[in-house]
Amino acid sequence: MATFILNGEQATVDVDPTTPLLWVVRDHFLLTGSKFGCGAGLCGACTMLVDEISMRTCVLPVSAVEGRSVTTIEGLGDNHPVQQAWVDHSVPQCGYCQSGQIMSTVSLLKQNPNPSEDEVKSALSGNICRCGTYQYILAAALDAAGRMSDQFYDATQSETENSEEGAA
Amino acid sequence: MKITRRKFLIGTTAVVGAGLVIGVSTRRSPGEVPGTRAGTFQPNAYLQITPDNEIIFQMARAEMGQGVYHGMTTIIAEELNVDPSTITVELAGVHPDFALMLGQLTGGSMSTPGSWTPLREAGAAARAMLRQAAANEWGIAPDQVEAADGILTNSNNAETFQYGDLVDQASLLHGEEITFELKDRSEYRFIGQPSKRNDAFIKSTGKVQFGMDVQIPNTKTAMVVRPRQFGATLSSWNAEQVRELPGVVQAFEIESGVAVIADDYWQARKAAQAMDVQWQDGPIANLDSEQILESFKDSLHNDEAREVEAHGDVAVALADAPNVLEAEYDTPFVPHSTMEPQNATALFDGEKLELWAPTQGVDLTQKVAAYYSGLDADKITVNATFMGGGFGRRSYMDFAGEVSAIAMQMPNVPIRLVWSREDDMQHDFYRPAAYHGLKGALDENGKLLGWEHKVVSNSIMKVLAPDLASNMLPDFVPLTVARSIGTTLGGFIESRDPTMTEGAVPPYSTPNLNVSSVLNHQGIPVGFWRSVGSSHTAFASEIFMDEMANAADADPVEFRRQHLSSSDEHQARFLSVLELAVEKAGWGNAPEGIYQGFAMHYCFESYVANVVEVSVTGNSYKVERVVSAADCGLAINPDNVIAQVQSSIIYGLSAATKDPITIKDGGVAQSNFHDAEVVRMNEIPKMEAYIVDSDYDPTGIGEPGLPPVAPALANALFAATGQRLRKMPLKLA
Repeated sequence: MATFILNGEQATVDVDPTTPLLWVVRDHFLLTGSKFGCGAGLCGACTMLVDEISMRTCVLPVSAVEGRSVTTIEGLGDNHPVQQAWVDHSVPQCGYCQSGQIMSTVSLLKQNPNPSEDEVKSALSGNICRCGTYQYILAAALDAAGRMSDQFYDATQSETENSEEGAA
Repeated sequence: MKITRRKFLIGTTAVVGAGLVIGVSTRRSPGEVPGTRAGTFQPNAYLQITPDNEIIFQMARAEMGQGVYHGMTTIIAEELNVDPSTITVELAGVHPDFALMLGQLTGGSMSTPGSWTPLREAGAAARAMLRQAAANEWGIAPDQVEAADGILTNSNNAETFQYGDLVDQASLLHGEEITFELKDRSEYRFIGQPSKRNDAFIKSTGKVQFGMDVQIPNTKTAMVVRPRQFGATLSSWNAEQVRELPGVVQAFEIESGVAVIADDYWQARKAAQAMDVQWQDGPIANLDSEQILESFKDSLHNDEAREVEAHGDVAVALADAPNVLEAEYDTPFVPHSTMEPQNATALFDGEKLELWAPTQGVDLTQKVAAYYSGLDADKITVNATFMGGGFGRRSYMDFAGEVSAIAMQMPNVPIRLVWSREDDMQHDFYRPAAYHGLKGALDENGKLLGWEHKVVSNSIMKVLAPDLASNMLPDFVPLTVARSIGTTLGGFIESRDPTMTEGAVPPYSTPNLNVSSVLNHQGIPVGFWRSVGSSHTAFASEIFMDEMANAADADPVEFRRQHLSSSDEHQARFLSVLELAVEKAGWGNAPEGIYQGFAMHYCFESYVANVVEVSVTGNSYKVERVVSAADCGLAINPDNVIAQVQSSIIYGLSAATKDPITIKDGGVAQSNFHDAEVVRMNEIPKMEAYIVDSDYDPTGIGEPGLPPVAPALANALFAATGQRLRKMPLKLA
């Protein structure tokens, strides 16, 4: 039995503990947004966040996430700033790699909210795109970083205004 | 104004000028077109309008990333005069009205040019019928009815109906003559405008359903163990052991190998890996890449070539010329490596077979499923899904044959067949390897006197012929007979396979020309790979053109200009992409340390020119920038044209710079992305794409951007180092 948090909810599953997390999520929890591309951790299509860090789940046994928090593309909701940037830049072509690209980007921005172009390229070098949407991914990732920085800025601005009003 | 009178059948390819069309809409019986709902107005196979004013479009080509889901919707929306983003798009099933050049097969960058007129007519005729229906209700003439954005308006008094209010009345007009006009280009609201893809949201939220994602309760997962060696046959396997493994439901032999069916992927995968299968060697057991290359060279020098195109007398011209340049070019087998490995799902209920498949041709899938299941085609439903890349690979229905054979042996059990990446890498229909011999000479003015291009390669059509024949021959021909005819035709066609020399006839003026082919088929499965023959012929011909320019002591771009005339329509279009690319790239003005190379090509009716810029350090190089100019006629969505050009560049750069597929012991030596690498994000050049403003009808852009990438890169590397590279992948000494 393996127990972990899947997209914010407790999940328990009775499988061979060596089963990769990717297949537990796809075959047992029927969340098919994370993809199978290579089975060897080489292409990134299976990327999910485990405790906020991107992992290649096709080579991560489910036993390794015991008690930990797993987030898939479905767990981002539909309107995460990264997803909005993806739509605004018409990033996807076939779309098969994009769940992994998005999760890797979310992970990057958590650790490095204002990455340079080279830092984005390096962080996403593990995510293959055969349709060649890389230049679009880059633009969308940098755009998302900007939007998320703005949101943070707006939140702190309004806090300051409220406290000034409160003081007056 | 041209008046064309036709029975309004979708799928004809007669071209109509922007003039009056008179047609008759034929009623379809409910259920005949897959996706038909009861109670809708269905003017043709493509469209339904519901009483709630929903417009449903059967998009009858494979969406593999190239953007037809958006582009074809835009075309029909324009003539229906509604915003494309308001249309519900469905992936169409099998129906003869959807057939274009090769049935419903998506490829050859044909979707846009092939459906340009049928879709406009379908939209315009539907709108005309709605206007007539409204006119009848109001007792006015149809030209007093406006139809836009789902609303019909009486221009006399501003009364309105929604399109959907008149479903019944419009349906009554089936069988009556309708008159309509296609919009003039100047009236376009949507075509030609940059727009966001209509599938970007589902593809950014994990909602899009690929073949691998189809969910049916109680599905079992199947994998097949196949021999790595092509042509090997099954000798024995440990059946009893395999059937005892955890989660295994069944295991049995099928034509392509041994199938194991388990409760989920991981158990199927472990069972497949635990299989101990003995294979009997086949005819190419000892074949390897070195032998293939030697055989190709031997063919080039010693075999009789089949003339494909010629004028003048090249042999005489070259014999007389003082300096003859000769060069040979080597292009290897390359995999498709679609991101989504091959797969399909099938369910046999005892009488009918239903498939869900990522496929480039639902009709071809149906026919292959019929052959492998033994059922009549009309007992087989094929549901199209989105796919994680196609590039030509999903025109080969091996996955459909396998899943059908397995499903038939397990009635009432949904079967999801999954290929691993290793399966996919080793059981592809590769871009054919080819070997090219070029010969040329200059006249006393330094211009081309003669050009000879001999291509040695495999035949693609031979491999596909049985499938194609089963799909194209009439239904009364039994499938086994059709396939046998196909095999025979394939044998006849193979030495004449036009794909071998596709793209080899250069656009440049030369008084003496000879393009020929030599068939050398080694038994490796080969197939359509993005841009097909042009993917290797352009490599040879556009490097050789640079070599001729060098011999003439001329700038490579200027040398090409000298052989193109704006008074020839074809050459003029080459000149326009040439000028646009060199202008935007600043040809001849690259900064210190940056070297430029040029190439251009005509592929599937579109023209693309590339300037590639490189920097070099020792014997490694970096592709810094690619500037492309494309002429694909009217660009339906300029944003998508640019995206497709970039897509083609990256796909082409993988083939140009990464280690290829090699053959060892009659099979493929590579197995995954560690030894069959592809370009990754940290290796991309800066890419700029520019679109020629064109009066021509739309032509495709999914593939034409690819052929000029590798030769332009090779030419840039020559400029940088003086090394003349004639082999892919391009590696500096």
